[in-house]
Amino acid sequence: MTMNCIIIDDEAAARAIVAQLCSKIPELDLIDEFSSAIEAIKFLNQQTVDVIFLDIHMPGFSGFDFVQTLKNPPKIILTTSDTNFAIAAYEYESIVDYLVKPITLERFEKAIQKVKNTLAQQPKTLNKEDATSGMGKELYINIDRRLIKLKFNEILLIEAKGDYIEVKTEKQLYRVHSTLKKIKEKLPEEIFLQIHRSFIINFTKIIDIEDNSVLIEKNVVPISRSNRPELMRRLNLL
Amino acid sequence: MEQPNLSYIKELAGDDVAFMQKFISIIKEEFPVEVKEYMRQLKNDQPREAAQIVHKLKHKFNILSLERAYILAVEYEEELRLGRIELHSKFITILKNIETYLKTI
Repeated sequence: MTMNCIIIDDEAAARAIVAQLCSKIPELDLIDEFSSAIEAIKFLNQQTVDVIFLDIHMPGFSGFDFVQTLKNPPKIILTTSDTNFAIAAYEYESIVDYLVKPITLERFEKAIQKVKNTLAQQPKTLNKEDATSGMGKELYINIDRRLIKLKFNEILLIEAKGDYIEVKTEKQLYRVHSTLKKIKEKLPEEIFLQIHRSFIINFTKIIDIEDNSVLIEKNVVPISRSNRPELMRRLNLL
Repeated sequence: MEQPNLSYIKELAGDDVAFMQKFISIIKEEFPVEVKEYMRQLKNDQPREAAQIVHKLKHKFNILSLERAYILAVEYEEELRLGRIELHSKFITILKNIETYLKTI
């Protein structure tokens, strides 16, 4: 399946990087690049594309403004230097993923896989609710042969405990036979982060951070030295 | 002081020499323009507009593996949005460091 794509970013360096990443994915056909959303709208009035790599933070006309102008938006992957727009991004059905710069090839490939999965599910889509369920806002866990739906934004943290993991939500604690590695692959990186070999947290739920720990509701979670720089990088520090 | 490097770009380029050269040429061209624009906005007492440029520059800090500089830029961008420029001198030191580095590549 070949997918046409375009890049919208006001920085030439950022466009060059995304273009290079696109060149590494055989299914992607980069057909054009734009330094402003306005230019891209004119182009999209003439031609359809499958995927847009869109910078959120552009002067005058932001990425979110752009998304709102599209009547039939294609799949959109946001690219940004900020993590604090991640939750807002999930408000839009067309936004499939959210890549924080500098983007690695591994993370880029994952985003493309999400687009492919979403596109593959589309013909089977019966209604809006079905469509959004395939877009990664929740996961199902298997407990006593029951599949229980957990919304990402309700999960506080996940702790590894031997052959099990404990998923702590705002209301309940679930014990699941699985590994942190497996669940990490199912969680959106925009809001989840592994901060210790035994803990993944929803970092939008952090209340405060001390030297070696974070507080999430009433849970004190340790931060390992190796994971601390990534946590600090993703915080919206004042 | 941490030093800029091209390790991220080299990893992305692999054997693609053309991309490396293209990227270096872009950053050499784009960086001074953004610095000039940043200085112009500050001179005109437009800190909120300067914040927009800092936002772009901080991405370049990231690309050049300047992690501490990136954290400072995040802080400075917010400061500028509030109309303050206390971190300007530290920010300028980073910009000069990059400017020197870009002359070597």
